[in-house]
Amino acid sequence: MTTAATADQIFVLAKHWLVAHTPAPLQTVVSIVIPIAAIIVVFAALFALTVLFERKGLGRMQNRYGPNRVGPFGILQPIADAVKSLTKEDIVPTRADSVVHYLAPLVLVGVVFLSYAVLPVGRNMIAVDLDSGVLYFFAVGAATELAVFMAGWSSHNKYSLLGAMRAIAQMISYEIPLILSSVTVIMVSGTLSTVQIIEQQARYSAGIAHWNVFKPWGLAGFILFMIAATAETNRSPFDLPEGESEIIAGYFIEYSGFKFALFFLAEYLEMFAVSGLGITLFLGGWSSPVSFLAWIPSWLWFFGKLLAMIFGFIWVRGTLPRLRMDQLMNFAWKFMLPMTLVVIFSAGIWRFLSPGVVGPTPLGGVIRWLVCALIIFAPYILLARKLERGRRIEKRTYRFAE
Amino acid sequence: MLGEGIIQGLVETARNFFGSYVEKDRLTTVQYPEERNELPEASRNFPFLLFDGPDPEAGLRCVACQICEKECPPRCIHIEKSKDKKPDFVGKPQAYPAVFNIDVSVCMSCQICVEVCPFDAIRMDKVYELSTDDRFRGLLYTKKELAKSNEYYQQIHPVEAAETDERRVKEAEEARAKAAAAEAAAKAKAAAAAAAPPAADASTNGAAAPAKPAETKVTPQ
Repeated sequence: MTTAATADQIFVLAKHWLVAHTPAPLQTVVSIVIPIAAIIVVFAALFALTVLFERKGLGRMQNRYGPNRVGPFGILQPIADAVKSLTKEDIVPTRADSVVHYLAPLVLVGVVFLSYAVLPVGRNMIAVDLDSGVLYFFAVGAATELAVFMAGWSSHNKYSLLGAMRAIAQMISYEIPLILSSVTVIMVSGTLSTVQIIEQQARYSAGIAHWNVFKPWGLAGFILFMIAATAETNRSPFDLPEGESEIIAGYFIEYSGFKFALFFLAEYLEMFAVSGLGITLFLGGWSSPVSFLAWIPSWLWFFGKLLAMIFGFIWVRGTLPRLRMDQLMNFAWKFMLPMTLVVIFSAGIWRFLSPGVVGPTPLGGVIRWLVCALIIFAPYILLARKLERGRRIEKRTYRFAE
Repeated sequence: MLGEGIIQGLVETARNFFGSYVEKDRLTTVQYPEERNELPEASRNFPFLLFDGPDPEAGLRCVACQICEKECPPRCIHIEKSKDKKPDFVGKPQAYPAVFNIDVSVCMSCQICVEVCPFDAIRMDKVYELSTDDRFRGLLYTKKELAKSNEYYQQIHPVEAAETDERRVKEAEEARAKAAAAEAAAKAKAAAAAAAPPAADASTNGAAAPAKPAETKVTPQ
């Protein structure tokens, strides 16, 4: 085995070594527990790191320093946050449904962790290689809505109930474009298994990978997927369920201390999971974009892409203000849904215009690309024009200012 | 086109993000305990008492006239007048405050006490790190804590202090000149009275005369 291949498979080899050194009756249990423990530890650590990066990054986007007091450059801030949330009093409202109130954060975190089972974080690095991995991911992801409503309902607070209702409305509305935009990948690749979807993208022609994002439907699908994912994970600008300035904190208003931290954790884990799925479906998972960089370990590629996606989320959060509820719904049903259907159509055409039809020459490839791009771009222009009609934004004049 | 504004916004935040690492001017934050902005000359918060010379007890300008106590809108000043007297900067014997307390938790920083003070004894301070863990005694400042030297005043409000000092020097000179003139007049009268019979009457008038110039000073400037 070459050095590059060893580096690539180092965690897999380590797991095999550990399993081989346990007593025979425990081997099955240990081989199940190791990936679970690894997922929990790695992504919880990534959560701590992301919170710090987010606060620093948002600060820089607003021309501030961000946290810089705890440790050098504030890098120990996550530890301070953890200590703070652990030492805070855990308050349960008198009239709350205490059992459901207690269970809601646990259910949320548990459900979110379940979706990591089908995410390949590297070559041969997946907890469960399900044939219906993508389907499983969305099924488990939909269960978060239950936990959110448990939290909102059991708190016996009108703000938390409003927040939970907003969250449910938003999550259900955006689940449709989220799933429809990933249907394109499923259609073209013809499989629901996350491992196989990546393997199909990890092939190279002329040194460039067959990532779905390099295809017109893949690019449009990826953008739509990420918009829907932002809404699905209640991230800004779709953070209406929290809406600090309107409904204080939404469904977790009555949570304090570590339960609040669990909600926070679940929100970020959801963001990582859905980013991971976006990477798997559109950005070639653990594969490198060009063949000469394929020696870099696959897990480094995956986490590099994940960090880039997280930066994208932070960037969007630092840029856009929060939407209004009607704008949110209009955007979901009037723009996202028609566009995802158009992208599905384009993906179908792409499949139909296979090299057997347009010819295997580069010209055929270009024609195929342009036709599919046009099928997406023309409806986009028309739809945008229709949505913007009668909505001229004029320069606002202030009569009493100045 | 739909989405154009979002791209523009993203470019702007990206420019801020990378620019803040390159141009230090972009960062408007002041790293407070390590660096501070200089306060403007006219900034003020709580009053303090001025004293001349090295001893805060002997040089205290306050004569316990209690005008500031009466004028203070939130009534945060408490003064108890002394029974004995000590000489002021012109040399005239004056009362002094036995107790002078200001409750800075009540003070509203209006500066009215400064405006009414005829003796330039009370002025506004610039300190702002006054936090304490004792909300009652910790924020009630006594005479000892309030007394601050004229040098300190010159340091925090240089323009205002120079003006006050100039005026005070002039007033002291005027008072001294008037006292000298009155003394000379009294002497002349006494000399005249020594010649004339009703001498006892004129000598009492002469003793009262030096008090007059100090009284004219009471009108606020």
